Amino acid sequence: MNDVLDVALRLLVVFGVFMVLPLVIGQTEHKVMAHMQGRLGPMYAGGFHGWAQLVADGVKFAQKEDVVPANADRRIFQLAPAVALLPYLLVLVAIPIGPGEGAVGEVVDAGIFFVLAVMGVGVLGSLMAGWASANKFSLLGGLRTAAQLLAYELPMLLAAASVAMAAGTVSLPGIVDAFEWWWLPWQIVGALVFFVAGLAELQRPPFDMPVADSEIIFGAYTEYTGLRFALFLLAEYAGIVVLCGLTTVLFLGGWHGPFGAEGLGWVWTLLKTAVLAFIVIWLRVSYPRLREDQLQKLAWTTLVPLALAQIALTGIVKVVIQ
Amino acid sequence: MTLAATHGFLSPTGVEIAFLLVGIVTLGAAVVTVTTRQLVHAALWLVVALGGLAVEYLLLTAEFIAWVQVLIYVGSVVVLLLFGLMLTKAPIGRSPDADSGNRPAALAVAVAAAAALVWVVVDAFRATWIDLDGPAQGSTKVSGSILFRHWVLPFEALSVLLLAALVGAIVLSRKDREREDGN
Repeated sequence: MNDVLDVALRLLVVFGVFMVLPLVIGQTEHKVMAHMQGRLGPMYAGGFHGWAQLVADGVKFAQKEDVVPANADRRIFQLAPAVALLPYLLVLVAIPIGPGEGAVGEVVDAGIFFVLAVMGVGVLGSLMAGWASANKFSLLGGLRTAAQLLAYELPMLLAAASVAMAAGTVSLPGIVDAFEWWWLPWQIVGALVFFVAGLAELQRPPFDMPVADSEIIFGAYTEYTGLRFALFLLAEYAGIVVLCGLTTVLFLGGWHGPFGAEGLGWVWTLLKTAVLAFIVIWLRVSYPRLREDQLQKLAWTTLVPLALAQIALTGIVKVVIQ
Repeated sequence: MTLAATHGFLSPTGVEIAFLLVGIVTLGAAVVTVTTRQLVHAALWLVVALGGLAVEYLLLTAEFIAWVQVLIYVGSVVVLLLFGLMLTKAPIGRSPDADSGNRPAALAVAVAAAAALVWVVVDAFRATWIDLDGPAQGSTKVSGSILFRHWVLPFEALSVLLLAALVGAIVLSRKDREREDGN
């Protein structure tokens, strides 16, 4: 009975994190973007600096009519948002935020593979949405999504493999346990490749070609309204949480910090994740969108060779220090 | 692994029942994949079939293999398939021209391949049972050490095969461009 309670409690906490953190990042994005552009952003909802703006947005989305286009493939069209969102919830279960068994939803033996595999499944949601909408812009968005995933999955995997080699394990808590401070300069190239490829997989600016609003309206999500559209948006922000959390765990040492490692480790994890999330928002404000060919070129001619070089370096150092 | 002497087929455990049920779902999804007239639905049913296979690996404690299955097949191969289907502007609803005259030949090949695979697997494992209570026998560590200790040669042969396919693909795509330039 205790075991069941334990599992239920863990899942509940993970679900809570899943519902709260993406909203926090969304609100931060409103505010940070506004201030970087010399505006104030939302100020009224909730009173203090518009903190309840996203809650109000959620209520608005829930009130809207749920429209399915007449020519759309009904079932796939309706299923797509769930396929896009659920994988991120599953990934969150495996990310450790502190040392020990208590600070991770579920210890997965091959955690790194679990995380990357399940994240890749989320893209199927966009593809289903793009095809099932029976809309040319949606189809174009779906095509671009697929092309982008195929290009960026490889460097992401290679960069993650480099850390797994360095740590000698594929379990996420194991990798953070093995972390030393000098891994930071050692794995810095891998970290950059991982983060950039992750941004591209989430279709965040400057890699938002699949949803480029000035060209193809909103890509695969063009025909969506109301709650289903909100679920896609939530998937994007949950994706940011997952990507930043993963980069923290894999490359930035997770709960390790200059002080307060005992008991306060989870603060370090959250802090590093928050800084990375800020960078994600910052990039959206400061970089123009990459063109489709530039996007592919960056992946195949820059990121893949860099990731391979990182793996070679990891291998050499690993052999030397043994 | 222990011999079947201590196990019977008539008193299945929960895991065995789950294995059987997931297997039936996987088989059903696979059959729908090849019989449905809607192209994109076929690709999505393939996701179900491949995902079911991953669950079967999990139930056999081969966790690493299961995640790799999801990563490679669901995450990449199916995405590539869908990409191809979208390029052909696969219509919503039935595709009247999606049927070819090769149906009997395809069926014969499929049955032969399935028979060969089932025969090989049954012959290799016969009545060995996986001990689920002990330490996981399919964990990443075990899989890795077995792969690189006992199966190094097949592993290397496979990588050479994949390399050959890669080089072949590049050669094929290059040839077309040269011909276009020549014209």
